[in-house]
Amino acid sequence: MTSVGIPRILRALGAPALLVVACLASAAAWAANPVPWQLNMTPGVTETSTDVHQLHMIMLWICVVIGIVVFGVMFVAMFRFRKSKGAVAAKWSHSTKLEAAWTIIPVLILIGSAWPATRVLVKMADTSESEMTVKITGYQWKWRYEYVDYFGKSTGVNFVSSLEAQSNRVRQLGSGLDPHGVKAGEFASYLLDVDKPLVLPAGVKVRFVLTADDVIHAWWVPALGWKQDAIPGMINSTWTKVDQPGVYRGQCAELCGKDHGFMPIVVKVVPKPEFEQWLAGQAPAPAAATAATASTTAPQG
Amino acid sequence: MAHAAVHDDHHADHDHHAAPQGFLARWVYATNHKDIGTLYLVFALLMFFVGGSMAMVIRAELFQPGMQLVQPEFFNEMTTMHALIMIFGAVMPAFVGLGNWMIPLQVGAPDMALPRMNNLSFWILPFAFTLLLSTLFMPGAGPQGGWTLYPPLSMQGGHSTAFVIFAIHLMGISSIMGAINIIATILNMRAPGLDLLKMPIFVWSWLITAFLLIAVMPVLAGAVTMLLTDKYFGTSFFNAAGGGDPVMFQHIFWFFGHPEVYIMILPAFGIVSEIIPTFARKPLFGYQAMIYAIASIAFLSFIVWAHHMFTVGMPLGGELYFMYATMLIAVPTGVKVFNWVTTMWEGSMTFETPMLFALAFVILFTIGGFSGLMLAIVPADFQYHDTYFVVAHFHYVLVTGAVFAIMAGAYYWLPKWCGNMYSERWGKIHFWSSVISVNVLFFPQHFLGLAGMPRRIPDYNVAFADFNMISSIGGFWFGASQLIFVGVIIHAVYYSKQRATQQVWEGARGLEWTVPSPAPHHTFSTPPVIDDSKLAHGDVTH
Amino acid sequence: MAQTQGAYYVPHGSSWPIVAAIGMFLTVTGAAHWMNGDTGLLAQPLMFLGIGIVVFMFFGWFGSVIRESVAGLYNNQVDVSFRMGMMWFIFSEVMFFAAFFGALFYARMLSVPWLGGEGHGVLTNAFLWKDFTPAWPTNGPGNVGGAFETIPAWGIPLLNTLLLLASGVTITLAHHALRAGHRRALVLWLAATILLGAVFLYYQVHEYAEAYGHLNLTLGSGVYGSTFFMLTGFHGMHVTLGVIMLTVILFRCLKGHFTRDNHFGFEAVAWYWHFVDVVWLGLFVFVYVL
Ligand code: HEA
Ligand code: HEA
Ligand code: CUA
Ligand SMILES: [Cu+2]
Repeated sequence: MTSVGIPRILRALGAPALLVVACLASAAAWAANPVPWQLNMTPGVTETSTDVHQLHMIMLWICVVIGIVVFGVMFVAMFRFRKSKGAVAAKWSHSTKLEAAWTIIPVLILIGSAWPATRVLVKMADTSESEMTVKITGYQWKWRYEYVDYFGKSTGVNFVSSLEAQSNRVRQLGSGLDPHGVKAGEFASYLLDVDKPLVLPAGVKVRFVLTADDVIHAWWVPALGWKQDAIPGMINSTWTKVDQPGVYRGQCAELCGKDHGFMPIVVKVVPKPEFEQWLAGQAPAPAAATAATASTTAPQG
Repeated sequence: MAHAAVHDDHHADHDHHAAPQGFLARWVYATNHKDIGTLYLVFALLMFFVGGSMAMVIRAELFQPGMQLVQPEFFNEMTTMHALIMIFGAVMPAFVGLGNWMIPLQVGAPDMALPRMNNLSFWILPFAFTLLLSTLFMPGAGPQGGWTLYPPLSMQGGHSTAFVIFAIHLMGISSIMGAINIIATILNMRAPGLDLLKMPIFVWSWLITAFLLIAVMPVLAGAVTMLLTDKYFGTSFFNAAGGGDPVMFQHIFWFFGHPEVYIMILPAFGIVSEIIPTFARKPLFGYQAMIYAIASIAFLSFIVWAHHMFTVGMPLGGELYFMYATMLIAVPTGVKVFNWVTTMWEGSMTFETPMLFALAFVILFTIGGFSGLMLAIVPADFQYHDTYFVVAHFHYVLVTGAVFAIMAGAYYWLPKWCGNMYSERWGKIHFWSSVISVNVLFFPQHFLGLAGMPRRIPDYNVAFADFNMISSIGGFWFGASQLIFVGVIIHAVYYSKQRATQQVWEGARGLEWTVPSPAPHHTFSTPPVIDDSKLAHGDVTH
Repeated sequence: MAQTQGAYYVPHGSSWPIVAAIGMFLTVTGAAHWMNGDTGLLAQPLMFLGIGIVVFMFFGWFGSVIRESVAGLYNNQVDVSFRMGMMWFIFSEVMFFAAFFGALFYARMLSVPWLGGEGHGVLTNAFLWKDFTPAWPTNGPGNVGGAFETIPAWGIPLLNTLLLLASGVTITLAHHALRAGHRRALVLWLAATILLGAVFLYYQVHEYAEAYGHLNLTLGSGVYGSTFFMLTGFHGMHVTLGVIMLTVILFRCLKGHFTRDNHFGFEAVAWYWHFVDVVWLGLFVFVYVL
């Protein structure tokens, strides 16, 4: 195994001290992509992801507060009512009032948290008024992107995106190559980089329709705030709108065979004019390739 | 009289009060609930180590980024097998073992209701797991599609698919028969005067669990049977081109799968509800509420299954319904947690090893429950789903929940089983080593998930390196700690000089503490006379 | 040694369970090898060996139970345990069928309409299966298994329904006869039940032959064929088992095993038969008529 091992163990053991610092750092520099020592979900780069992050924080705090109360009482009990301190056991074992209280209060808390969750979910489900459609097809172990239409015009652009070559070399069993050495610019991009990213225009509501050609996959870019399964023979739809140009990374999130860990997703969001220029420069792919995606499900067996 | 008419071809044992002589007669032809309970428990421990070793392979590969030890295919096999073995081979048999040992003792019955079927329930298991494990050595290797066996992926397996499915069928038959036996024992074999609402909570929890088992194991059998015919006989249940739907499998699977996770926690609730009153020397708070809570959880477990499938693209109404229903489970579960804490209040507590594990259970299970509640929030689950956040959630409820409760129960009842006290010192060392390491193992997985690490991957981006390494260190440490557990058990059974008293624990109440330690081979050959004031919950009249 | 201890009865150890476990293990191991296309001793021969052992085990195990029962070793409590065991076993069977009915309802009410673009499925239809209009029966947008015809409900299936309903009546008559101590009537009604079951099976086989031979309706006919054959097939297997059990019971009646108030073996089989009957009614309505 390896030379990087020992120092990293030492670092790992020194972790607690670093946590707080790292937590703060994570919010700043690489808001959209994972950073070492990252402790929490980031707010991401879309309205959806911000909403989701908020919901997550609400739930987290509810749990933390209830936890402090419950565990607090428990610890008080454990220290006050010890036999070794001469505590004598009481005999009571019932209280209708208490029991009613701790049935009703949680119900109220739950209603309180279901409400914002419902609001966000309804918003997320609304794919109407999207300005372009991208069809995503999962294969073992790559993604196909088809720009079905852009402001009402069909484009014919369609290509396959898979794990970039360097990561692919490094990830082979016993390659001896150092994953830390794989970089895309500043970012240590090991297993989170592709040969051809999905390019999207900033500020445009994009509808995605997802399916798969062999087994179930799931398309997930954390910075966008959702993941969605790509199911052979079925279409799922969802949407996003990213205002901030940038590179956002994700991975397949449904076990899809041996290389499930090696089918990353990269979304490159660029300003609208730049996108249009890019789109115009893409040669429409031969129709055959598109047709292949429709024949999704040969009977098994 | 009967002897001639019922001539049997094995060595009849004429002494009714001792165990049969000879390995075959005693263990293979066993009908004694204590012997069968022991068989289950030993088997479960063995499987815990087998499944745990696979977890060690997983953690070793994930120790640092880059592929160092195994091929991705093998990694997936380890993940799949680890889960199947831990769930069906370790946790469930352990609970059945505890049920076998303790339910007859707790209800004052001489044995289980159907002792020979009890034997069959157990003896199917070694064969089923031989079948399952043998797939690892087959051409085309073992199952690699995850324990959830989602098609179409699970049908890509080579020869293993049929073997795995049949192994699951066998486990299902075993579980169903075991559950039938437990229900019949509880409903039919209680000592006269031991009303349902005087039964120990552990018995109640098993009664309801057994019902869940009978209701959902056949559904799992149906689901995997359809998988089998889709792969081998050309049916189209899970094939959209034929009018089916891959997602249909997930619905059927989780209709089984969600109740299944409560099958793995309700008996744990029962055990903890026995232990806390004993060591707080105070009756369980809200006995009846505890029973209603278990029943409500069991009921709700049937109507929340699709919370495992929020990302499959269900209609909005479906997502909302399953979110609300799932959240509701927090209410009865909360009742249980609050009742445990209140039981401790104004008690007179001591902290022997079973109590330590029970207390750790209350805290750590609750943490796992909290993350479960977060997972129930659909939009948030769009982020959490299939990440290490989920892995952290279910290991908190399964390892620090189910497994800790099993260990608590083992320490609690071990003196009754073997007649000797275990080493309290080493028990405590086992506890502290486990409770610290298990948090080092699983707590960082929350961070990994939130930072974006998917589950079921053998390799990851370097940003996830640090917490993975910490988690792996915790994993090896936790695994090694379990060797202490085995040591403590072996010492207690074979070497301990300290004899256990009949009551064992000062605060213990209930029928099982009225028989000698070790419990003789046959107990309650005539029904005991029930004295309400001596029962754990007999004097709880309101 | 079997023994009745005080008020309780605890049976002695038995070698039948381990024989059962081994038999089941060999059966499924052989079946799995066979399904994977293996030939040789580990495939079909092993499977049949396993089945043989299981059958042998049933005779042996039940035989010893019967001997003990006839010897009067079982008390009332044992009887109740057996009853509970049988009831919960039947409940588990109900849930097993529920899984397949669930698949049928899911396909009819959700997946097929979605594939055809209804409700939630507009996009699925628009992007993947443009020409597919939902209907039932169907073999899906991929026309899996080719065009087929279905079995009309009002022919053989109706006849089969009547046969099973009648058999439900005859077994009840047999039970009444048993309780009234009319041995001849008991044997006659029981034999009639078996006959009705056997005729049902005959027609079921006939229907399958028709489906495969003339209608091109097979297990591979898309989701319709899958649900049709799985449901009717598993039901048919249960009827077969039921007929075998009834036959065993008939012989036991002839041997005079049952008394007017002690005949759990008979009742267990009767319950099972009623269960099989009820499942058929569900099948008739949801698989054939609707
Ligand atoms: C013993 C097993 C067990 C138990 C008990 C639970 C309990 C719960 N689980 Fe968990 N779960 C699993 C085992 C278990 N789970 C497994 C194995 C998986 C993954 C399967 C796989 O994909 O492989 C999973 C996955 C899983 C998911 C799917 C995640 C995903 O894949 O995206 C969800 C989503 O809703 C969920 C929810 C819950 C909830 C709400 C509870 C609730 O029962 C928890 C209730 C408890 C509490 C809430 C704490 C105590 C309560 C209080 C102190 C009261 C006050 C509290 C409030 C009002 C907040 N679980
Ligand atoms: C009851 C169930 C149960 C239990 C007890 C455990 C116990 C453990 N699990 Fe398990 N796990 C699951 C149920 C369970 N798990 C499920 C359902 C999944 C999902 C699978 C899927 O995705 O399909 C899963 C997946 C899963 C993963 C994710 C894999 C992936 O997504 O690819 C990981 C990774 O860390 C993991 C780790 C562990 C560890 C370290 C333990 C430890 O607690 C184990 C400790 C025990 C031992 C280690 C054995 C005893 C000791 C020895 C053998 C001594 C020798 C060892 C040393 C000296 C180190 N589990
Ligand atoms: Cu594609 Cu996982
Ligand atoms: Cu669940």
